[in-house]
Amino acid sequence: MSHDHSGSSSPSFREKYVFSLDHKVIGLQYLITSFIFLLVGFGLMMLMRWQLAFPGSPIPFFGRLFSAELAPNGVMSGEFYNALGAMHGTIMVFLGVVPLAVGAYGNYLLPLQIGAPDMAFPRMNMMSYWLYLPGGVLMLLSFLMPGGAAQSGWTSYPPLSIINPGQTVWLLSMVILITSSLLGSINFLVTTINMRAPGMSLWRMPVFCWAQLVTAVLLLLAFPPLEAASILQLMDRVFHTSFYMPKDLVLLGQTYSGSGGGQPLLWQHLFWFLAHPEVYVLVLPPMGIVSEIIANNTRKPLHGYKTMVYSMIAIGVMSFMVWAHHMFISGMSPALSNFFLVTTMIISVPSVALMTCLVFSLKGGSIRFNVPMLFALAFIPLFAIGGLTGLPLGLTVTDIYLHDTYYVIGHFHFVVVSGSIIALMGGTYYWFPKWYGRKMNDRLGLIHFWGSVACMVGIFSPMLIMGLAGTSRRLYDPTAQLHNLSTQGLNVVSTYFAYGLALFQLPFIYNFFNSMFRGEKTPENPWQATTLEWACPSPPPHGNFPSTPTVHRGPYEYSTPGRVCDFWPQSEPPSEDL
Amino acid sequence: MDNYGWAMPVAASSFAKSIDLGIWIIHAAMLAIFVLWGIFFVYLLVKYRARPGVLAQREEAHSRSSELTSLIPDLAVVAFEIGLIVFYALPVWSKVKMSVPDVANPLQLEIVAEQFGWSVHYPGPDGALGPRKAELVHFSNPIGLDHNDPASHDDVVMGNELRLPLGRTAVMKLYSKDVIHSLFIPEFRLKQDAVPGLEIPVWVEPTRLGKYEITCAQLCGFAHGLMRGDVFVQTQEDFDAWYQSRLATTPAPDKPTNPSEDF
Repeated sequence: MSHDHSGSSSPSFREKYVFSLDHKVIGLQYLITSFIFLLVGFGLMMLMRWQLAFPGSPIPFFGRLFSAELAPNGVMSGEFYNALGAMHGTIMVFLGVVPLAVGAYGNYLLPLQIGAPDMAFPRMNMMSYWLYLPGGVLMLLSFLMPGGAAQSGWTSYPPLSIINPGQTVWLLSMVILITSSLLGSINFLVTTINMRAPGMSLWRMPVFCWAQLVTAVLLLLAFPPLEAASILQLMDRVFHTSFYMPKDLVLLGQTYSGSGGGQPLLWQHLFWFLAHPEVYVLVLPPMGIVSEIIANNTRKPLHGYKTMVYSMIAIGVMSFMVWAHHMFISGMSPALSNFFLVTTMIISVPSVALMTCLVFSLKGGSIRFNVPMLFALAFIPLFAIGGLTGLPLGLTVTDIYLHDTYYVIGHFHFVVVSGSIIALMGGTYYWFPKWYGRKMNDRLGLIHFWGSVACMVGIFSPMLIMGLAGTSRRLYDPTAQLHNLSTQGLNVVSTYFAYGLALFQLPFIYNFFNSMFRGEKTPENPWQATTLEWACPSPPPHGNFPSTPTVHRGPYEYSTPGRVCDFWPQSEPPSEDL
Repeated sequence: MDNYGWAMPVAASSFAKSIDLGIWIIHAAMLAIFVLWGIFFVYLLVKYRARPGVLAQREEAHSRSSELTSLIPDLAVVAFEIGLIVFYALPVWSKVKMSVPDVANPLQLEIVAEQFGWSVHYPGPDGALGPRKAELVHFSNPIGLDHNDPASHDDVVMGNELRLPLGRTAVMKLYSKDVIHSLFIPEFRLKQDAVPGLEIPVWVEPTRLGKYEITCAQLCGFAHGLMRGDVFVQTQEDFDAWYQSRLATTPAPDKPTNPSEDF
């Protein structure tokens, strides 16, 4: 049923590459689009970093491109800074990392790894991409609106978000993006549950599939509250309802004309009810990617496969009970904070178990240090820094001081950038041979790897120190506050490393497109891997497998005793024991 | 500037030291965990690097012991976290945020946040804060103080300036007129959002004389980064003298202005 559209002789360019129903083409569409959005979000951040390092000095080269409203004489205005900040966060999370982790990797690999010919609902899959792209473009176009793009942070706390310009387009775009994400998550769930190849029991699925399955559940359950909350905020803005607006407001010198009676904290609860599970959406699929690469390059099974799966499920369940640790000082009842303190500490248990399994998986291995493996290995200590720095933020008392400082920024960038994005880049090197039948250049890969890791550490470590010194986030001019001056030099360091990081992405971009056409050709299973995606041609044809594979064993049968060959593909019949 | 460096600023309130203690304990633990794991990680990478002729050694596949060994580090983490929660987070949180200390003569005041400044409202000798009304808010009356009420007559309202006597507990009620702000005084380790529509009590007992900084820690608009004020911790005598001088200069209340006439 899923590929009744196949079989017709050569489809047109439009059917094949634009409005494609093939999960692999949609996956690559997501991949390219989300990498572009990541670059755009990164570009916005580089503008902000200039202002943070050298507040009040004109932005070089680009300053004069902006209108006098945004950047008078090339110097960034407070409004423009806030718009860049809000859009950087939104683009990176909702248009960059999540579509890359789920839309791109999930779409391409999940059906292959479970031995399915396509997604369960190919048309819905296409629709999901074709909502994501216009939603994202709409988000970018909001820069052209009168007053500019949304400028209330990616968290969009009312009442500020109700009175600030740009927010209406942000909300509309979010509603579209959430819809896209919901379509995707339903598709992933149905596909994983119904379309596994014969013999592919749940306990034979690779960790990556489990990660996608848990992620799909999180997206399915966490996004609807935000969609509803966004619509309520839209009503507050457009129809002057008062879901989030209390009475007796005096806004910009005028008493607020709405009826009042709403509650600003309601939005925060609804928002973080999504946004905390969202953190695990950003983290679990990359964790799955790292697990695949580590199993393959240690040439042995993962340590504690079931522990990892149960940990991911536990994280998924618990992630719905920790949201208010973002709100310890928000003005909600401080007694409530104690509950969220305890749940937050509980969720660290499965997280530590996952990291432990990854490290223990190295033990006894025969470790190949190829480019994807370097990325996967770098994920472990860098993500660990991100996880550890979450500890003083999750603890109520220390959060009083550290909340909303640069410490928070450093913490979650270690998690998302040097964790998730590092893993996602490693995934590109690992699965590129499957996507294009060619290999990416190793030398360029090494430059990209070492440069990126060094620059990421250089960008985010100073933020932790600035946070300890008390520098708040979202200040467009940190030098306006006395207590920030002692660490202002670190802002300059951070900025130069950010520009360095941009430079080190050039070899990656060149390598990607060059290898697509001129890379070294590879066989269908170049890494000698066991999972099903390597049992079909590279790139896989429409319908994926020449005939439906039958699965005979678990996902990581490496170095099985008694076998000469050190890997045993899941689909290889037992009789062919060599 | 002597108050600030590359770590936390000077500690100037009664609970600042206990917050700092937690920050240092956690960072010491984090460092220990990271270094120990790091050494183990590098050891594994070197020891188990691929060498010709050496095959990977498998553990018993999916054995119960391999599932359980991965939980051992968790025991240490759980013990550490339970210790932190029970002996540190719950008691300190309950002292700092969940209650206001029961002292004989606290200084009662209100802090009203707006885009982009802080108004500090002192009650005056009568100890009573005059009522505020949103419709009275005006450029000349930023907090909307009702001057017709007798309780208002000796009130003092300061813009972006908070003066506190040393060693005396100050209980401040936080309000916001427009959007969410966050009162952040780094030297006091004091941070609390001010939410429109809510009255949020915070307290502090200053323990060190000096000039500190109030900042806003919650994005509140285009000039959020410029929203700041000064905190002066003075001796009780200096504070009283300042207070008397303010009372003398506070203009006698005239008839309340109606903002709508001006707009």
